[in-house]
Amino acid sequence: MSDEKKIIKDVTEQKYKYGFVSKLQSDTIEKGLNEDVIKIISKKKKEPLWMLEKRLKAFEVLKKLKQPKWAKLDLKELNLQDIIYYSAPKKKASLKSLDEADPELIKTFNKLGISIEEQKRLTGVAVDVVIDSVSVSTSFKDNLAKLGIIFCSMSEAICKHGDLVKKYLGSVVPAKDNYFAALNSAVFSDGSFCFIPKGVRCPMELSTYFRINEAGTGQFERTLIIAEEGSFVSYLEGCTAPQRDENQLHAAIVELVALDSAEIKYSTVQNWYPGDSDGNGGVYNFVTKRGVAHENAKISWTQVETGSAITWKYPSCILKGDNSTGEFFSIAVTNNHQQADTGTKMIHMGKNTKSTIISKGISAGYSNGSYRGLVKINRSAQNSRNFSQCDSLLMGSKCGAHTFPYIDVKNCSSTVEHEATTSKIGENQLFYCNQRGIPEKEAIALIVNGYCKEVLQRLPMEFAVEARKLLEITLEDSVG
Amino acid sequence: MLSIKKLHCEISGHKILNGLSLEIGPGEVHAIMGPNGSGKSTLASVISGNENYEVTGGSIHFLEKSILDLSPEERSHLGIFMSFQYPVEIPGVTVSNFIKAAVAEQKKAQNEKPLTAGELLSLMKENLALLNMDSTFLSRAMNEGFSGGEKKRNEIFQLAMLRPKLCILDETDSGLDIDALRTVANGVNSLRDINRSFLIITHYQRLLDYIKPDKVHVLSSGKIVKSGEASLALKLEESGYDGI
Repeated sequence: MSDEKKIIKDVTEQKYKYGFVSKLQSDTIEKGLNEDVIKIISKKKKEPLWMLEKRLKAFEVLKKLKQPKWAKLDLKELNLQDIIYYSAPKKKASLKSLDEADPELIKTFNKLGISIEEQKRLTGVAVDVVIDSVSVSTSFKDNLAKLGIIFCSMSEAICKHGDLVKKYLGSVVPAKDNYFAALNSAVFSDGSFCFIPKGVRCPMELSTYFRINEAGTGQFERTLIIAEEGSFVSYLEGCTAPQRDENQLHAAIVELVALDSAEIKYSTVQNWYPGDSDGNGGVYNFVTKRGVAHENAKISWTQVETGSAITWKYPSCILKGDNSTGEFFSIAVTNNHQQADTGTKMIHMGKNTKSTIISKGISAGYSNGSYRGLVKINRSAQNSRNFSQCDSLLMGSKCGAHTFPYIDVKNCSSTVEHEATTSKIGENQLFYCNQRGIPEKEAIALIVNGYCKEVLQRLPMEFAVEARKLLEITLEDSVG
Repeated sequence: MLSIKKLHCEISGHKILNGLSLEIGPGEVHAIMGPNGSGKSTLASVISGNENYEVTGGSIHFLEKSILDLSPEERSHLGIFMSFQYPVEIPGVTVSNFIKAAVAEQKKAQNEKPLTAGELLSLMKENLALLNMDSTFLSRAMNEGFSGGEKKRNEIFQLAMLRPKLCILDETDSGLDIDALRTVANGVNSLRDINRSFLIITHYQRLLDYIKPDKVHVLSSGKIVKSGEASLALKLEESGYDGI
């Protein structure tokens, strides 16, 4: 038992490694939320009138909604008037190359080991960097443009590709969907827009590194990915945030539209500041992610969640078209006083639709991790299938793992399977590894990586390496 | 090589070893037999450093060095290997990844340069052949869904990979059919060496038909009550523990 105590103690004492603040000059407005603030945001972003109207409508919806309380989270009522809703790094006109970017910004990336230069050179990934809400640098755009692919910031898309945005924005996650969706729809700052035309396979992984930077700034990202008939795209999203004393609210929306026979693969590695070892500070992450799959289309969510003080996130698939497929692969790690309530929703509407859910939770310290998933098979979804597997791994005896599966099947030709396990990193496993000469730290990394393997192998190569490193850092020094 | 003097140990206040002494020289094969609950597996656990057991008296020296203050991994790096009676499952960790980690840690501890991927692979293949196993074995998760025989072969495979100086086989014969027993015994025999000693813990004579011990000890109530040549095991088989 002494080992377990050490694990808990050391995990609890571990400091967040990416805690630093970069000194970018920011253009920030007063905190608080009202119509004027929304108008200022819209104006600063030079948006057309229809967008402002959409925002104001969402604000009306928000006023009627209440913060949801059903999640297994210990959370005080948020004060929306205490948040700054817009912050953009000041830039010298527009940037043509990285040389023109703020050297502090480049330094930030270097510290994270994800320098844009390196990313460009080594991986061929086009990176659309979002630092505190405004896209600063976008690369590979020209190459992509030749194929008709649009990959740009949401602000740019609103101005340049208004028709597409108007048609699809809010079509998957309407403002009235939930409290945080309404908030985002009213005040979203920026995000990524991605359009893959009919029959095109996007030749590279599209990637955005998000980073919250300004103290007390809520970040309200908005991402929209549209894959036209028969197209394919793989999108990567990864985040780290500097250390903070006050809570930071993040309420993002990601909408995916996969038209007939299209495929969208969306991967996330999330490592926001989780708060200190007493549970102070840390990012609050309330995200609504949802995709619609039309006939024969496929949407696949893969996520590795290690950060945030509170995570509330359910990447979902609406399997609207016949023969469409939805997948959800998740690793969620919580330690110290972190809380995570995460899972997925698979809504089967079309015939012969298939969904797979693989969820791996790891809880350490005093943390609580919950899986919450809904599998809904409508009357129309004849011969549909779902397979769910929800595993929980506990480290120590002060943490908790909970599973809330909701299953709702409305026809009798469909099959739903659910498997769940809860296990502990056993002293037996550790002793076995030790006896073979593998010390405890390495043994835990080995066991955890093995446990998460089914999900890790779904990630694109360079992301999998990063995720593995992240798991190791998160659980590093967890034993003496 | 291994020198145990008047060893006392307990678990949760319950006394298990009671002044046990044992000397094993280089290259020797010793068998320990004894009724259930006599402390056989406890002895194996204590030598390999399982912290659940509290040593309350006596000493254990390995290669002239006291090892009681060493962690299990440090003992492993010195060359102590235990083949587990019940090898644990480690889901998702393949046999090859596990071995890779173990060999790497061993090399690091011994200040040797790490094996290249190629060297490691050919070493693994060589040792698989020794135990009649094919290479698909390497990509299976550690002990997950393994039959009793496969688990024990996996133990001896690791033994062959790590080349320890002292090999403790804790009831390696339990759960093995006669063919698997022979394969495992052949593997062990081929690893016998003038610098490698074995401590074989078993209930039955049959393993000793294949692995000839130099000495046989009878353990009862936490200490060795009788020692003899290989013939002692045969006598035990005939007359049982009550006969001595």
